[in-house]
Amino acid sequence: MKDLVEYIAKSLVDNPEAVEVTQIEGEKSLILELKVASEDMGKVIGKQGRIAKAIRTVVKAAAAREGRKVVVEIL
Amino acid sequence: MRSVEVTGKTVEDAISNALEQLGVGRDDVEIEVLEEPNKGFLGLIGHKDARVKVTEKENPAKICFDFLKETCRLMGINVEIEYSQDADGYLKFNINADNPGLLIGRRGETLDSLQYLTNLVVNKKVKDKCKIILDTEGYREKREKTLINLANRLSEKVKKYKRNVVLEPMAPHERRIIHTALQMDPQVKTYSEGEEPHRKVVIAFKNNNR
Repeated sequence: MKDLVEYIAKSLVDNPEAVEVTQIEGEKSLILELKVASEDMGKVIGKQGRIAKAIRTVVKAAAAREGRKVVVEIL
Repeated sequence: MRSVEVTGKTVEDAISNALEQLGVGRDDVEIEVLEEPNKGFLGLIGHKDARVKVTEKENPAKICFDFLKETCRLMGINVEIEYSQDADGYLKFNINADNPGLLIGRRGETLDSLQYLTNLVVNKKVKDKCKIILDTEGYREKREKTLINLANRLSEKVKKYKRNVVLEPMAPHERRIIHTALQMDPQVKTYSEGEEPHRKVVIAFKNNNR
Protein backbone atom coordinates (compact mmCIF):
# COMPACT_ATOMS: atom_id res chain seq x y z
CA MET A 1 0.00 0.00 0.00
CA LYS A 2 2.88 2.29 0.90
CA ASP A 3 4.61 1.48 -2.39
CA LEU A 4 1.45 2.29 -4.33
CA VAL A 5 1.13 5.78 -2.86
CA GLU A 6 4.84 6.36 -3.31
CA TYR A 7 4.77 5.26 -6.95
CA ILE A 8 1.76 7.38 -7.88
CA ALA A 9 3.16 10.43 -6.09
CA LYS A 10 6.57 10.03 -7.72
CA SER A 11 4.95 9.82 -11.14
CA LEU A 12 3.10 13.10 -10.58
CA VAL A 13 5.69 15.43 -9.04
CA ASP A 14 8.70 17.27 -10.40
CA ASN A 15 10.94 16.23 -7.51
CA PRO A 16 10.48 12.50 -7.07
CA GLU A 17 13.45 12.33 -4.66
CA ALA A 18 11.54 14.46 -2.17
CA VAL A 19 8.58 12.08 -2.01
CA GLU A 20 8.31 10.36 1.33
CA VAL A 21 5.61 8.06 2.63
CA THR A 22 5.39 7.07 6.28
CA GLN A 23 3.24 4.20 7.36
CA ILE A 24 1.41 4.23 10.68
CA GLU A 25 -0.31 0.96 11.52
CA GLY A 26 -3.50 0.99 13.52
CA GLU A 27 -5.58 -1.98 14.57
CA LYS A 28 -7.93 -1.98 11.63
CA SER A 29 -6.74 0.98 9.69
CA LEU A 30 -3.53 2.09 8.13
CA ILE A 31 -2.47 5.69 7.88
CA LEU A 32 -0.13 6.72 5.10
CA GLU A 33 1.44 10.13 5.40
CA LEU A 34 2.59 11.52 2.11
CA LYS A 35 5.23 14.22 2.06
CA VAL A 36 6.36 16.01 -1.09
CA ALA A 37 8.46 19.08 -1.84
CA SER A 38 6.49 22.24 -1.05
CA GLU A 39 6.43 23.32 -4.70
CA ASP A 40 4.92 19.94 -5.61
CA MET A 41 2.00 20.19 -3.19
CA GLY A 42 -0.32 21.31 -5.96
CA LYS A 43 0.66 18.30 -8.05
CA VAL A 44 -0.64 15.81 -5.48
CA ILE A 45 -3.61 17.85 -4.27
CA GLY A 46 -4.96 19.46 -7.43
CA LYS A 47 -7.75 21.90 -7.95
CA GLN A 48 -10.28 21.40 -5.16
CA GLY A 49 -8.36 18.32 -4.07
CA ARG A 50 -9.19 16.47 -7.26
CA ILE A 51 -5.84 14.69 -7.53
CA ALA A 52 -5.77 13.85 -3.82
CA LYS A 53 -9.23 12.39 -4.18
CA ALA A 54 -8.18 10.27 -7.17
CA ILE A 55 -5.16 8.94 -5.25
CA ARG A 56 -7.35 8.10 -2.26
CA THR A 57 -9.90 6.33 -4.47
CA VAL A 58 -7.25 4.13 -6.08
CA VAL A 59 -5.66 3.32 -2.71
CA LYS A 60 -9.06 2.59 -1.21
CA ALA A 61 -9.78 0.09 -3.98
CA ALA A 62 -6.47 -1.65 -3.39
CA ALA A 63 -7.11 -1.73 0.35
CA ALA A 64 -10.64 -3.09 -0.05
CA ARG A 65 -9.16 -6.24 -1.52
CA GLU A 66 -7.39 -6.82 1.77
CA GLY A 67 -10.44 -5.70 3.74
CA ARG A 68 -8.55 -2.86 5.35
CA LYS A 69 -9.18 0.80 5.81
CA VAL A 70 -6.46 3.08 4.53
CA VAL A 71 -6.21 6.80 5.13
CA VAL A 72 -3.93 8.88 2.96
CA GLU A 73 -2.85 12.12 4.60
CA ILE A 74 -0.96 14.76 2.70
CA LEU A 75 1.41 16.74 4.89
CA MET B 1 14.29 9.86 -20.95
CA ARG B 2 17.03 7.36 -21.81
CA SER B 3 19.88 8.41 -23.99
CA VAL B 4 23.20 6.86 -25.03
CA GLU B 5 26.33 7.99 -26.82
CA VAL B 6 27.84 5.28 -28.95
CA THR B 7 30.74 4.97 -31.39
CA GLY B 8 31.09 2.79 -34.47
CA LYS B 9 33.09 2.44 -37.68
CA THR B 10 30.34 4.17 -39.63
CA VAL B 11 27.36 6.24 -38.57
CA GLU B 12 25.11 3.28 -39.38
CA ASP B 13 27.17 0.95 -37.21
CA ALA B 14 27.02 3.37 -34.33
CA ILE B 15 23.24 3.72 -34.62
CA SER B 16 22.62 0.00 -34.70
CA ASN B 17 24.88 -0.44 -31.67
CA ALA B 18 22.91 2.19 -29.84
CA LEU B 19 19.53 0.65 -30.73
CA GLU B 20 20.78 -2.68 -29.46
CA GLN B 21 21.88 -1.10 -26.20
CA LEU B 22 18.53 0.61 -25.70
CA GLY B 23 16.61 -2.39 -26.94
CA VAL B 24 14.28 -0.31 -29.08
CA GLY B 25 13.45 0.14 -32.75
CA ARG B 26 14.62 2.89 -35.04
CA ASP B 27 11.23 4.65 -35.03
CA ASP B 28 11.34 5.08 -31.27
CA VAL B 29 14.45 7.24 -31.14
CA GLU B 30 15.92 10.56 -32.14
CA ILE B 31 19.40 10.43 -33.62
CA GLU B 32 22.03 13.10 -33.44
CA VAL B 33 25.36 12.63 -35.20
CA LEU B 34 28.09 14.06 -33.00
CA GLU B 35 31.07 13.12 -35.13
CA GLU B 36 31.38 11.88 -38.70
CA PRO B 37 33.83 9.02 -39.09
CA ASN B 38 37.24 9.74 -40.57
CA LYS B 39 39.20 6.98 -42.25
CA GLY B 40 42.44 8.86 -41.68
CA PHE B 41 45.51 8.79 -43.90
CA LEU B 42 45.72 5.36 -45.57
CA GLY B 43 43.55 4.08 -42.76
CA LEU B 44 46.45 4.42 -40.38
CA ILE B 45 46.79 7.90 -38.98
CA GLY B 46 44.04 10.14 -37.69
CA HIS B 47 41.46 7.41 -37.82
CA LYS B 48 38.25 8.38 -36.06
CA ASP B 49 35.09 6.44 -35.32
CA ALA B 50 31.64 7.86 -35.85
CA ARG B 51 29.94 9.03 -32.69
CA VAL B 52 26.18 9.38 -32.36
CA LYS B 53 23.82 10.31 -29.62
CA VAL B 54 20.60 8.29 -29.62
CA THR B 55 17.73 9.36 -27.43
CA GLU B 56 14.61 7.37 -26.82
CA LYS B 57 11.52 9.32 -27.85
CA GLU B 58 8.83 9.89 -25.29
CA ASN B 59 6.06 7.64 -26.39
CA PRO B 60 2.74 8.56 -24.73
CA ALA B 61 1.30 5.09 -25.15
CA LYS B 62 4.34 3.53 -23.54
CA ILE B 63 4.29 5.94 -20.59
CA CYS B 64 0.62 5.11 -19.96
CA PHE B 65 1.21 1.44 -20.38
CA ASP B 66 4.08 1.39 -17.89
CA PHE B 67 2.22 3.56 -15.38
CA LEU B 68 -0.92 1.45 -15.54
CA LYS B 69 0.93 -1.81 -15.37
CA GLU B 70 2.95 -0.78 -12.32
CA THR B 71 0.01 0.86 -10.55
CA CYS B 72 -2.18 -2.22 -11.01
CA ARG B 73 0.65 -4.47 -9.87
CA LEU B 74 1.03 -2.41 -6.69
CA MET B 75 -2.74 -2.50 -6.21
CA GLY B 76 -2.46 -6.26 -6.23
CA ILE B 77 -4.57 -6.71 -9.34
CA ASN B 78 -3.46 -9.02 -12.11
CA VAL B 79 -4.07 -7.24 -15.38
CA GLU B 80 -3.55 -7.49 -19.06
CA ILE B 81 -3.52 -4.18 -20.88
CA GLU B 82 -4.39 -3.72 -24.53
CA TYR B 83 -3.76 -0.50 -26.33
CA SER B 84 -5.74 0.80 -29.27
CA GLN B 85 -5.56 4.23 -30.81
CA ASP B 86 -8.94 5.79 -31.30
CA ALA B 87 -9.92 7.77 -34.38
CA ASP B 88 -10.21 11.09 -32.56
CA GLY B 89 -6.65 10.90 -31.33
CA TYR B 90 -7.65 9.44 -28.00
CA LEU B 91 -5.42 6.78 -26.57
CA LYS B 92 -7.63 3.96 -25.48
CA PHE B 93 -6.57 1.25 -23.10
CA ASN B 94 -8.53 -1.82 -22.31
CA ILE B 95 -7.62 -3.40 -19.01
CA ASN B 96 -8.54 -7.00 -18.45
CA ALA B 97 -8.38 -7.85 -14.79
CA ASP B 98 -9.08 -10.99 -12.81
CA ASN B 99 -11.19 -8.78 -10.58
CA PRO B 100 -12.82 -6.12 -12.78
CA GLY B 101 -15.24 -4.96 -10.09
CA LEU B 102 -12.36 -3.77 -7.97
CA LEU B 103 -10.88 -1.86 -10.84
CA ILE B 104 -14.15 -0.19 -11.79
CA GLY B 105 -15.34 0.76 -8.33
CA ARG B 106 -18.65 2.31 -7.38
CA ARG B 107 -20.15 3.85 -10.54
CA GLY B 108 -16.75 3.70 -12.20
CA GLU B 109 -15.11 5.80 -9.52
CA THR B 110 -11.86 3.84 -9.41
CA LEU B 111 -11.57 3.53 -13.17
CA ASP B 112 -12.19 7.27 -13.56
CA SER B 113 -9.60 8.09 -10.91
CA LEU B 114 -7.04 5.86 -12.55
CA GLN B 115 -7.85 7.44 -15.90
CA TYR B 116 -7.44 10.93 -14.45
CA LEU B 117 -4.08 10.08 -12.88
CA THR B 118 -2.83 8.45 -16.09
CA ASN B 119 -3.78 11.59 -18.03
CA LEU B 120 -1.80 13.72 -15.57
CA VAL B 121 1.26 11.50 -15.66
CA VAL B 122 1.46 11.31 -19.44
CA ASN B 123 0.75 14.99 -20.05
CA LYS B 124 3.47 15.94 -17.61
CA LYS B 125 6.05 14.09 -19.71
CA VAL B 126 4.80 14.62 -23.26
CA LYS B 127 4.70 17.96 -25.03
CA ASP B 128 1.69 17.30 -27.25
CA LYS B 129 -1.46 17.03 -25.19
CA CYS B 130 -3.07 13.66 -25.40
CA LYS B 131 -6.18 12.21 -23.90
CA ILE B 132 -6.41 8.78 -22.37
CA ILE B 133 -9.47 6.64 -21.97
CA LEU B 134 -9.46 3.54 -19.82
CA ASP B 135 -11.95 0.78 -20.17
CA THR B 136 -12.38 -2.63 -18.71
CA GLU B 137 -14.61 -5.46 -19.91
CA GLY B 138 -16.72 -3.07 -22.00
CA TYR B 139 -17.68 -1.09 -18.91
CA ARG B 140 -17.84 2.29 -20.67
CA GLU B 141 -20.21 1.00 -23.32
CA LYS B 142 -22.43 -0.65 -20.73
CA ARG B 143 -22.51 2.50 -18.65
CA GLU B 144 -23.37 4.59 -21.71
CA LYS B 145 -26.37 2.35 -22.41
CA THR B 146 -27.47 2.59 -18.79
CA LEU B 147 -27.26 6.36 -18.89
CA ILE B 148 -29.20 6.62 -22.14
CA ASN B 149 -31.91 4.39 -20.66
CA LEU B 150 -31.98 6.52 -17.55
CA ALA B 151 -32.24 9.69 -19.62
CA ASN B 152 -35.15 8.33 -21.64
CA ARG B 153 -36.97 7.08 -18.59
CA LEU B 154 -36.59 10.34 -16.74
CA SER B 155 -37.60 12.43 -19.72
CA GLU B 156 -40.89 10.49 -19.88
CA LYS B 157 -41.44 11.34 -16.25
CA VAL B 158 -40.68 15.01 -16.93
CA LYS B 159 -43.23 15.08 -19.74
CA LYS B 160 -45.84 13.30 -17.68
CA TYR B 161 -45.60 15.46 -14.58
CA LYS B 162 -44.29 18.61 -16.26
CA ARG B 163 -41.71 18.95 -13.57
CA ASN B 164 -37.91 19.19 -13.69
CA VAL B 165 -35.77 16.26 -12.69
CA VAL B 166 -32.30 16.76 -11.24
CA LEU B 167 -29.88 13.88 -11.67
CA GLU B 168 -27.13 12.94 -9.26
CA PRO B 169 -23.67 14.51 -9.74
CA MET B 170 -21.77 13.05 -12.69
CA ALA B 171 -18.46 13.35 -14.48
CA PRO B 172 -18.37 15.59 -17.59
CA HIS B 173 -18.35 12.72 -20.12
CA GLU B 174 -21.33 11.10 -18.41
CA ARG B 175 -23.28 14.35 -18.42
CA ARG B 176 -22.54 14.72 -22.10
CA ILE B 177 -24.11 11.33 -22.77
CA ILE B 178 -27.35 12.51 -21.11
CA HIS B 179 -27.37 15.82 -23.00
CA THR B 180 -26.78 14.08 -26.33
CA ALA B 181 -29.43 11.45 -25.66
CA LEU B 182 -32.14 14.08 -25.14
CA GLN B 183 -30.91 16.68 -27.61
CA MET B 184 -33.47 15.73 -30.25
CA ASP B 185 -36.42 15.57 -27.91
CA PRO B 186 -38.60 18.65 -28.59
CA GLN B 187 -40.47 18.41 -25.32
CA VAL B 188 -37.56 18.58 -22.90
CA LYS B 189 -34.34 20.54 -22.56
CA THR B 190 -31.26 19.70 -20.54
CA TYR B 191 -28.67 21.82 -18.77
CA SER B 192 -26.12 21.39 -16.01
CA GLU B 193 -25.95 23.21 -12.74
CA GLY B 194 -23.59 23.32 -9.75
CA GLU B 195 -19.82 23.33 -9.57
CA GLU B 196 -17.45 20.52 -10.47
CA PRO B 197 -17.17 17.87 -9.15
CA HIS B 198 -20.80 18.11 -8.07
CA ARG B 199 -22.24 19.32 -11.34
CA LYS B 200 -25.52 17.67 -12.20
CA VAL B 201 -27.79 17.46 -15.19
CA VAL B 202 -31.28 18.90 -15.03
CA ILE B 203 -33.96 17.62 -17.37
CA ALA B 204 -36.55 20.36 -17.75
CA PHE B 205 -39.97 20.44 -19.35
CA LYS B 206 -40.19 22.63 -22.42
CA ASN B 207 -43.55 24.29 -22.79
CA ASN B 208 -44.18 24.77 -26.51
CA ASN B 209 -47.73 26.12 -26.23
CA ARG B 210 -46.88 29.31 -24.45
